[in-house]
Amino acid sequence: MPYLELRNVTKRFTNVAALDDVTFELEQGEFFSMLGPSGCGKTTALRIVAGFESPDEGAVVVDGKDLTRTSPNRRDMGMVFQAYSLFPNMTARQNVEFGLRIRGRSADQRKDRAGELLELVGLSAQGDRYPYQMSGGQQQRVALARALAIEPKVLLMDEPLSALDARVRVSLREEIRRIQTELGITALYVTHDQEEALSISDRVAVMNAGKPEQIAPPLQIYAEPATPFVAEFVGTMNRLEATVAESGTVRYGGAQLGVDAVRGRSSGDRVLVLVRPESVTLESLADGGTAPAGALSGRVLSGVFLGPVTRIKVETPEQGQISADVPSATAGRFNVGANVSARFDSAHARVLDLAAE
Amino acid sequence: MAAVRKRRWLTLGVLWLALATAYFVVPLLATLQFSLQPSRTGFSLDAYRTILQDPGFRQSLFFSFKLAVFTVIISLVLLVPTAYWVHLKLPRIRPVIEFLTILPFVIPPIVLVVGLLQGFRWTPTWFYGGYLILVVGYAVLAFPYVYRSLDAGLRAIDIHTLSEAAQSLGARQSTVLFRVILPNLRAALLSAAFLTLALVMGEFTMGQLMQFPTFAVYIGYVGQTQATGAAALSLLSFAITWVAMLGILFAAGRGAGGRTAQVGGVH
Repeated sequence: MPYLELRNVTKRFTNVAALDDVTFELEQGEFFSMLGPSGCGKTTALRIVAGFESPDEGAVVVDGKDLTRTSPNRRDMGMVFQAYSLFPNMTARQNVEFGLRIRGRSADQRKDRAGELLELVGLSAQGDRYPYQMSGGQQQRVALARALAIEPKVLLMDEPLSALDARVRVSLREEIRRIQTELGITALYVTHDQEEALSISDRVAVMNAGKPEQIAPPLQIYAEPATPFVAEFVGTMNRLEATVAESGTVRYGGAQLGVDAVRGRSSGDRVLVLVRPESVTLESLADGGTAPAGALSGRVLSGVFLGPVTRIKVETPEQGQISADVPSATAGRFNVGANVSARFDSAHARVLDLAAE
Repeated sequence: MAAVRKRRWLTLGVLWLALATAYFVVPLLATLQFSLQPSRTGFSLDAYRTILQDPGFRQSLFFSFKLAVFTVIISLVLLVPTAYWVHLKLPRIRPVIEFLTILPFVIPPIVLVVGLLQGFRWTPTWFYGGYLILVVGYAVLAFPYVYRSLDAGLRAIDIHTLSEAAQSLGARQSTVLFRVILPNLRAALLSAAFLTLALVMGEFTMGQLMQFPTFAVYIGYVGQTQATGAAALSLLSFAITWVAMLGILFAAGRGAGGRTAQVGGVH
């Protein structure tokens, strides 16, 4: 039985649907992320779960209980916000104790619980500091401890790392996942950072225009995007509009390329072939040379150093561009203007109907 | 060359500061000198003695102070929740409220007094015939100062996030206001209280038109009858207002705990 459900939730802001008939479920103890660009409705969905927005239609159900019309202060949901949200007039410890004080816990109980949680987030020595005496990362840790102090039914996080610098972001997201796993708490996380969502979630919902386009585990989202939007949004994807040919191949411009995923489709069907840059390999060609069968030929347009790999963009004469990630150690072979052939493993290409676009 | 220019700027700065200080201090010194010279023969504290021994001085001072305290309380009780709610839920009506805050400046006091007396005619005698009607008038006069102080304070903190954070932890709206928002508006509340206190202690027109023995009315009366006494009274009222303000500041500072020391940027 699902622990948290959004059932057919619709929310409009001045006739624009921020959420359009959204339904998804979370299991107890699951870490679920909503990933998408600005304006896709992910924060609205989270705020509806928190009770800060009311849906126009649909319901929010937690542990079998309909909370749609319950006020936010009665929902027992801890929330970590994007903006620093610690109460400036209270120390870190007083912030963590706030929810317990509201619940009428004794001073000893509050002190013990705040101590435990500050230790859990690695800030037991900073309990007497005020927010302005702490860094952004420390403030978000305290905010996490404060949200956890009330033993919430669901932990809600609205882009809690977006204001932090890259290094702190990586370490803190790992810490959030560790703490969530340790406590076994159900977590709903909102982010526009695909790396963040894919690295810490059990499942990810990729949102677009007020709807989840795909809900799946991170690996499946990455390897088997269900729609062109997911393919584009999560990682970089080469898109080849091709025609199904015979025996597991497609015709793309003048080339015939092997694509296992088209087996079983009718010859002549128009399809969108999706290939990740890391699945594309390049070979140098002599000037004026042509690509071997099953490969595309072209000229190197640019190369962008990304650390361990360099992303080489190749312009093919008729068919546009294709990107390939090559080890940076060997990328020197592919200078701008060099004649190259590009091929990919037929098993690593994903195929969508062009109509799906 | 650069050092010479720097020194020149410094000299100019000091000169400018001295001029500004003189602009404020010279009238006070002149008033002080005049208040100490009841006759051409020498200095004397007679003017101060006469004023301090006059029962009208203490009565009008305490009366105005009482009015100021009531005005501060009524203004804050009315405007703190209003300003908070406008910021949180009705930001679109902020321009309307800002327009309303200008009205006490443009409506002549006589119109305000007549309006008050007409508008509250239906109220019970204990209100209509007592000083509380004057408090209402002062609350109207203080509205721009109190609202704008609160508005500036509310703009300085992220009340949306703080309110939602507190609510998600189980706090009701009233708890959010009293435990989270108000403690973070201390500077704005103090500023509103100072301005209201100074306004009420010095307000003459309303008190005179409604025939209440306020401190400003008393100063006006002394000014017409005793020249040096008026100068002494002006200095006394100046000192009293400042002492009252410092008293509030000191009391509020004690309540602030150890939150004033910034320990640099810890990252």
